[in-house]
Amino acid sequence: MIEIHNLTKIYGSFHALDEVNIQIDKGTVFGFVGPNGAGKTTTMSILATLLLPTSGTAKVGGYDVVQHPHEVRKRIGYMPDFFGVYDQFKTTEYLHFYGASYGIPRSERNKLIPQLLELVNLSDKIDSYVDSLSRGMKQRLCLARCLVHDPEVLILDEPASGLDPRARIEMREILKELKLMGKTIIISSHILPELAEMVDEIGVIEHGRMVAQGKVADIQNRLRVKRVLHIRMLDQTERFSTWLKDEAYVSQVYSDATGVHIHFSGGDLEQAELLARMISAGFQIVSFNEAQTNLEDVFLEITKGGSYE
Amino acid sequence: MNWRGMLINPVLDKEFRLRMRTPRSAVALLAYVLVMGFLAMGIIYVLTSNGMGSSGRFDPTVSRMIFYVLSFAQLVMIAFMTPALTAGVISGEREKQTLGMLLTTQQSSATIILSKLVSSLSFMTLLIVATLPVYSIVFLYGGVSPKQLFVLFLFYLFVMLMLGSLGIFFSTLFKRTMIAVIVTYGVGLMIFLGTGLIYLFAMGMAQARYIPSSAQGPDYSWVGYILGLNPGGALISIFEPSFSKSAFLFSGGNMGAGAPIELWLEFIIVYSVVIVLMLWLAIRYIRPVRRRRKRSNPGGEQLG
Repeated sequence: MIEIHNLTKIYGSFHALDEVNIQIDKGTVFGFVGPNGAGKTTTMSILATLLLPTSGTAKVGGYDVVQHPHEVRKRIGYMPDFFGVYDQFKTTEYLHFYGASYGIPRSERNKLIPQLLELVNLSDKIDSYVDSLSRGMKQRLCLARCLVHDPEVLILDEPASGLDPRARIEMREILKELKLMGKTIIISSHILPELAEMVDEIGVIEHGRMVAQGKVADIQNRLRVKRVLHIRMLDQTERFSTWLKDEAYVSQVYSDATGVHIHFSGGDLEQAELLARMISAGFQIVSFNEAQTNLEDVFLEITKGGSYE
Repeated sequence: MNWRGMLINPVLDKEFRLRMRTPRSAVALLAYVLVMGFLAMGIIYVLTSNGMGSSGRFDPTVSRMIFYVLSFAQLVMIAFMTPALTAGVISGEREKQTLGMLLTTQQSSATIILSKLVSSLSFMTLLIVATLPVYSIVFLYGGVSPKQLFVLFLFYLFVMLMLGSLGIFFSTLFKRTMIAVIVTYGVGLMIFLGTGLIYLFAMGMAQARYIPSSAQGPDYSWVGYILGLNPGGALISIFEPSFSKSAFLFSGGNMGAGAPIELWLEFIIVYSVVIVLMLWLAIRYIRPVRRRRKRSNPGGEQLG
C-alpha cells in the first residue's frame, strides 16, 4: 500500500532523509519511531503530498506522490503533529467543511458526520464550538476529519502527543477500532510502550536513516539476545565490576544506586553458570534477575550506539 | 449540480462563515462607515461654507468637488484595508497550522486561492456598499450622475482586485503574515504614491528640457505613461476625460494633440496583467512545485 524507495530530502547541506526505504502492506499498522528531528515528520509530509522529495520515490496505493498528488490525496487521511482548528466552527460544521472539500455531497455528510463523531466519542459535542473543546477532543476531532472521505491509508503524526493519560487511552482505543476496520495506518510516536500493543511493524529512524525495521516481535527478539541482568549485592561492587570484565558473554557493565547492570549475550545455561561462579568467588548477592526489555529499551538500545547493524 | 453548489465551493463557504463570525468584521465595518461618514461631513462642511456664502445657492460644481474628494478618500481607505484583509489569508492559515490539512483535501490550488480572494474582496465590497448612504448625501445637491457612481464602483473593484492579488501572492510567498502585510503595503505605497511622485519629478525634468517648437508631431511625452500606473491619475481621468491629455502634454505645448492612451485604460491594461500574473504565481506556489528537470526519467525506477 505504501512503497517508499530511496527517499531523500536535503535542505541545503542537511540531509533530513537519506535513502529511506519502507514497504507497508495493506491493513498493516506501522509504527514510526525515532527521536525528534530524525525525519518522521518529513517522511509523513512527503507522503501527504505537502513536501517534495529531493530524490527517490514514494507511492501510496500505487500512485506516486509527486506525479499524481491528487490521487494520493484521495487515499490518505493526514493528521499533522501540530495542527490548528477553525475555532469559530461548530464540530459538525468543521466536519462538513472537510467533507465538502473532499467532494462528499451534503446528504451523505448528514448521515456520515454523526457516525464519525460517535466513533471518536464526541457525540455529546455535536453542537459545540471547536473553540470550547479540550486538547484531547480536538485531537479526536482531527482524527474524525481524517476519516471523513474514508481513506485507505491514515498518516498520523504523533496523534497522542500532549495528551493526558486518559486521553491517550481513548486515542489508542479509537486507533484499535480503525485497525479493525482494515485501514493501513502509519503512526509516529515517541511513546513506545503504547505503540507496542497496537502496531504490527515498526521502523526506527535516526538522523534521516532507517536503523531498524520489521515486525515488533522480531526486533525485540533480535535485541533480546543481549539480555540485561540486574544484580544487587551487599558490597564489593567495584571489585565485582572488575571481576566481570574477564567473564565471557558479558559485553557491558555499569553500576548505579540500584546495583550492577550487565549486558549478557549468553543463554539460560550460561546465565546459571555465571551466577554459580559469582557465588563461589565469594560475592554476597542480594538479588539476581533479568530485566524486562520493552519497546522503549529496544528504542534506546538502537538509537544509543548510533547504528543497530 | 445546483446553483448553490456552482457558486459556492466549500472553501468559499468556510471563508464567508468564519469571516462573518468574528466580532472584528462588525467592528471593521462600523469603523469604516464612521471614518467615511466623518470625512464626508467634514468635506461638505468645508466646501459648502465657502460655496454657499458667495452665491447664496448651492453650486453643482461644489457638489461634484465633494464627490471627487470623497472618492479619493474612499480610494485611500481601500488602499489601507485591502492589504490588511488579503495579505494574511494564506500565511494566516499556515500560522494557525490549518494550511497543511486544507492542502491535503481535494480542493485545487486555484479554488483555494480564488475563493480566498473572492471572500476577502466580498467583505471589502460590503464596506464600500455600506458607505453608499454617505454618497447619497452628494446626490441631494446634484451635479453627479448615477452612471459616474457606477463606473467609480467598478474602478474600486478593480483596484481591490489588484491590491488583493498582490496581497494573496505575498501571503503565499512569505511564511509570516507580518512580512506579507508589510511587503503588500510597501508595494501598495509604491503604486499609490511612488508612481505619482516619479511622474511629478520626471515631468518636471522633461518640462525643463522642453523647447516649444512649431514643428509637427506629437507634443506629448512618454512621462505621461507613468501617471497611468497611478490609481489616483486613473481615477481623475475617469471623471475628467481631458485629464489624460493634460497628463501627457507639456504646458505650453500644442493642446490640440490628443493623449496616446486614456490613463484609466492604461491602468486597467497594465494591472490586469499584474493581477493575472500574481494569481497565477500564488496558485503555482501554494503547493510544492515540481521542478521540471531536463533529464526526465519516465521509468522513475532508475532514479537515485
